[in-house]
Amino acid sequence: MNAPPLLEMRGIAKQFPGVRALDGVSLHIGRGEVLALVGENGAGKSTLMKILGGVYQPDAGEVLVDGQPARISDVNEALRLGVAFIHQELNVLDNLDVAANVFLGREPVRGPFRLIDTRKIHADTAPFLRRLGLDISSRTRVDQLSIASRQMVEIAKALSLNARLIIMDEPTSSLTLTETARLLQLVGELSQQGVSVIYISHRLGEVSTCAHRVVVLRDGKNAGELSREEITHDRLVSLMVGREIKSAYTPPNVVPQPGFFKVRNARSSLYPRQQVSFDASRGEILGFAGLVGAGRSEIAQAIVGLDPAGGAEVWFDGHRKTIGRPREAIDHGIYLVPEDRRGQGLVVEMSVRENITLPSLWSHAWHGLIQRARETVTAQTQIASLRIKTPHAEAMVRNLSGGNQQKVVLGKWLAMAPKVMILDEPTRGIDVGAKAEIYRLMRALAEKGAVILMISSDMEEVINLSDRVAVMHEGRLTGVLERAGCTEENIMQLAIGGTVPAARPAFTN
Amino acid sequence: MKKELGIFILLVVTCLIATVCTIDYDPALTGVSDFFHRLPHAKFISPANITNQINLIGISGIFSLGLGFVIITGGIDLSVGSMFALIGIVLAMALREWELPWSPGHYWPWPLAAMLVILIPMALGWGHGLLITRLKIQPFIVTLCGLLLYRSVARYIAHDSTKGFGNAEGFENLQSLASGSIHLFSLPGKTLPGQPSVLQPGQPVNLPMPFVLMLLIAVIMWFVLHRSIYGRYLFAVGRNEEAARFSGINTRRVISSSYVILGFLTGISGILFAFYTNSISGSTHGQSYELYGIAAAVLGGCSLRGGEGSVLGIIIGTALLQVLRNLVTLMGIPSELDFAVTGVVVLIGVLIDQIVRLRAQKKLTAAR
Repeated sequence: MNAPPLLEMRGIAKQFPGVRALDGVSLHIGRGEVLALVGENGAGKSTLMKILGGVYQPDAGEVLVDGQPARISDVNEALRLGVAFIHQELNVLDNLDVAANVFLGREPVRGPFRLIDTRKIHADTAPFLRRLGLDISSRTRVDQLSIASRQMVEIAKALSLNARLIIMDEPTSSLTLTETARLLQLVGELSQQGVSVIYISHRLGEVSTCAHRVVVLRDGKNAGELSREEITHDRLVSLMVGREIKSAYTPPNVVPQPGFFKVRNARSSLYPRQQVSFDASRGEILGFAGLVGAGRSEIAQAIVGLDPAGGAEVWFDGHRKTIGRPREAIDHGIYLVPEDRRGQGLVVEMSVRENITLPSLWSHAWHGLIQRARETVTAQTQIASLRIKTPHAEAMVRNLSGGNQQKVVLGKWLAMAPKVMILDEPTRGIDVGAKAEIYRLMRALAEKGAVILMISSDMEEVINLSDRVAVMHEGRLTGVLERAGCTEENIMQLAIGGTVPAARPAFTN
Repeated sequence: MKKELGIFILLVVTCLIATVCTIDYDPALTGVSDFFHRLPHAKFISPANITNQINLIGISGIFSLGLGFVIITGGIDLSVGSMFALIGIVLAMALREWELPWSPGHYWPWPLAAMLVILIPMALGWGHGLLITRLKIQPFIVTLCGLLLYRSVARYIAHDSTKGFGNAEGFENLQSLASGSIHLFSLPGKTLPGQPSVLQPGQPVNLPMPFVLMLLIAVIMWFVLHRSIYGRYLFAVGRNEEAARFSGINTRRVISSSYVILGFLTGISGILFAFYTNSISGSTHGQSYELYGIAAAVLGGCSLRGGEGSVLGIIIGTALLQVLRNLVTLMGIPSELDFAVTGVVVLIGVLIDQIVRLRAQKKLTAAR
C-alpha cells in the first residue's frame, strides 16, 4: 500500500479567457482501479482529461506518474506515460481494416522499400482482439463493424500501446444495452489485468455498476468522492448538482384522451417486412424502448415522411392524414426531434434565430421575403421560454453547449404549436440540470394537449417519464406496458423479443 | 460584410496600381507635377478601356452570380465555358444559317433564337440537378462530363468552323441590347482635341448594356439570396442538407433549382459574350470561363464546402479578376502569364481568408 498511486493530480488549475475551468482539482488513481469521473457539462471533466492527455497545460498544480512529477507536453508524451484516450467520437478510420487501425502510425515494415509487413501486422493484432474477447478478423474493414466493435478496436489500439490508464469519455452513449453490459464487463476485466480506467459518464447506473470509486466535479472544483459502497443514485446526483433532484415519475395532471393519434402499418426501409401500429393518447408521453437497432428511429422517420421507401397511415382524431414528404408531416403539426442533434436537428453554422425559424419561414415572410423583425420576435420568445443560454439570438448554434443546442431544436418546433412531438433520444449527452428542464418541458407540452412519443435508450428516462412504454424488437412492436407494468425487467424482456404478462396490445381498432 | 470590405479594398488598391503602372513613360517629363498631369491619361483609366472592362465585368458577373448560387448549395459547375461555346454557335447559326421549317428563306427571328439559347442551358442545368439530387452523382463528375460533352457538340454542329454575326441584319435589336450602352450624361464643358482622358470636358459617360443587365440581375439576386425564403434554404442546404431535410425543406428541389438558375444566367451571359467576341469558334469560345467564375465566387467569399457567399462579394470578386487580367495586358506582361497572375491572386486572397479564420477559431477554442 506504500507504493505511490499510478497517477496523481494535485491542485490543478486552468484558466481560459473569461472562464475558470479548473480551480485546484485533485485526483488520484491506483493500478487496476476504475475511477468514475462525473459532473454536469461544463464541470471541468473534459478540461481535466485534456490536461492528462497533453492537449492543455495546467496553469497551476502538478501531475505525478508513479510518484514522479511529469510534464505532459503533448499527446505522444501522454502515450509514452501509458495514458490512452477513447473519445466519445471514435477516432477510427473506417476505410481501413482492424489491424491497420490498431497499428496506425506504427506499422511494422520489411524489405528495402519499407513496405508494410502484412503478415506481422495481422499476427500482432490478433492477441489484442482475443484479449478483448472480440470475435472478428483483423482483416475486417472497420466500416463493417458495429459501433461497439469499433470502440473495441480503439481499446485494442490503446492496449497495443501498453496503456496503463485508459480514459473513456461517454463510451456507452451510442451502444445498445447488451453492448453496454459487455463494455462494463470488459472494464472489469481490464481492471483485473492491472489496467486503470477513468470512466466518464452521465449514466449513473453504469457508474455504480463498474466504478470502484467516483470523483464528482462541480464548477471546476472537487465536489466530493464516493467509495464503491457509498455510491447511490441520489447521493451522486446531489453531489453533481449541489441539491437533491426528485427524478421519479410524476403522473400527468390531465386525463389523457386515448386513440387521438393512431399509426397503422408503419414500415421503414430498415425492416421493410415488419409493420408497426400503435395508438397514442392526447396528453400522454408514450415511451419507445428497445435495443439500439430495433428500428425505433426508423419508424419515427417513416411516420414524418423522411423515409422515402417507408411510410405509415396516420390518423388524427379519426381523420386520415397523408404524409408523403416531410413538409406534409410538419403541416399536420407532427414534428420530429432527431437523435443526431448536430447532424439532423440543427444547422450548427447558422444562428439561433435562423435555426428556430427554419421550418416556419413561410409564416415569417411576406410574399417569400423574410421579415427579420418577426423572426427575431419568435426567436426571442423561444429563448426566453426555454431559457436557452445564448448571448443573443444571432449567436451561432455551434458555440452553445449540448443542452442549449437541444433546446434550440425544441424551440424551432415549439414555435409551431406541435400536435405530435416525436423526440428521439432527447437528452443524449446532456447534463443533469438541462435534462430535468427538458423533462419538465415534455410534460408541460403533453399537458397542453400534445402527443409525445419519446424514443430513449436510457432506461431511467423511459421509466421515470413515460405514461406508457411501447417496446420494439427487430423492427416490430413486442408490446405496450401500462404505467404499473413499466419495470426494467419487463422492458428488457420485451426488448429482447420475449413476452411478459403485463404487456398490452399496441392498439385497438 | 467584413469580407466584402476586405476584397473591395483589394480591388481599389489594384485599380490604383493599374492606373499608376499604365502611365505613358516619357523620359523628358519626370517631375512630380508632370506625373499628376499625365495621371488622367493613364491607359487603365482611358474611357475606352474603362468601358471595355465594365462591359466584361457585366458579362462575367452575370454567370458568376449563378455559379455562386450553386457553390452555396455545396455544388460546383464546370460546364459553363462549354455551354458558352454551345450557346454562341447555336445563336449565330439560328440567326444567320438555320431557316425556319415553316417559312423557308427566313432565319430564326431573334426573340425565338434568344429564348432557345436561354432554354438550352436551363434544361441542361435541370438535367445536372436531376443527376445530382436523384442519382446522387457528385456535381464535379456530372458537370465535368458536361464540360467535355457540350463543347464537342458545339464543334460538331458548326463543323468546327468559326461563326459570327456579320452586320446583324434582322437582329439589330438583339445586338444593341447585348453590346450597346446607355448614355448617362456628358461631363460639362466642350470637347477638346487631343488624347481623350477620363476627366476631359464633354466626355460622354456611358454604361454598357451588359453592366446594366448585371446590376439589375444582382439587385434581384441580392433579394433572392439575402432576403427570401429560397435564399435561406440555399444556405441551410449548403451547410447541412440533412438538417434542412429534417426541417421540411425539399432539398432536392432547392439544389436542382440552383442549377436551373445558373443555366438561365449562363444563357444571358452567353448571348452577351457571343456578341462581345462576334466570332465564335467552338473549340476556344469561353474556354475556362467556368474557372474564372469559380475563382470570382471564391475570392468573393464563397466556400466550396457550401453555405457561404454573398452577391456583393461575387460581384467584387468578378471585378477584381477582370482588372487583374486587364492589368496583365496593359502592362505588357506576356499573356502566357495571365493565368499565373490570376492564380497567385486567388491563392493570396484565400490564404488571407484562411489565416483570419484560423485566428478566430483559435480564439474560440482558447475560450473553452
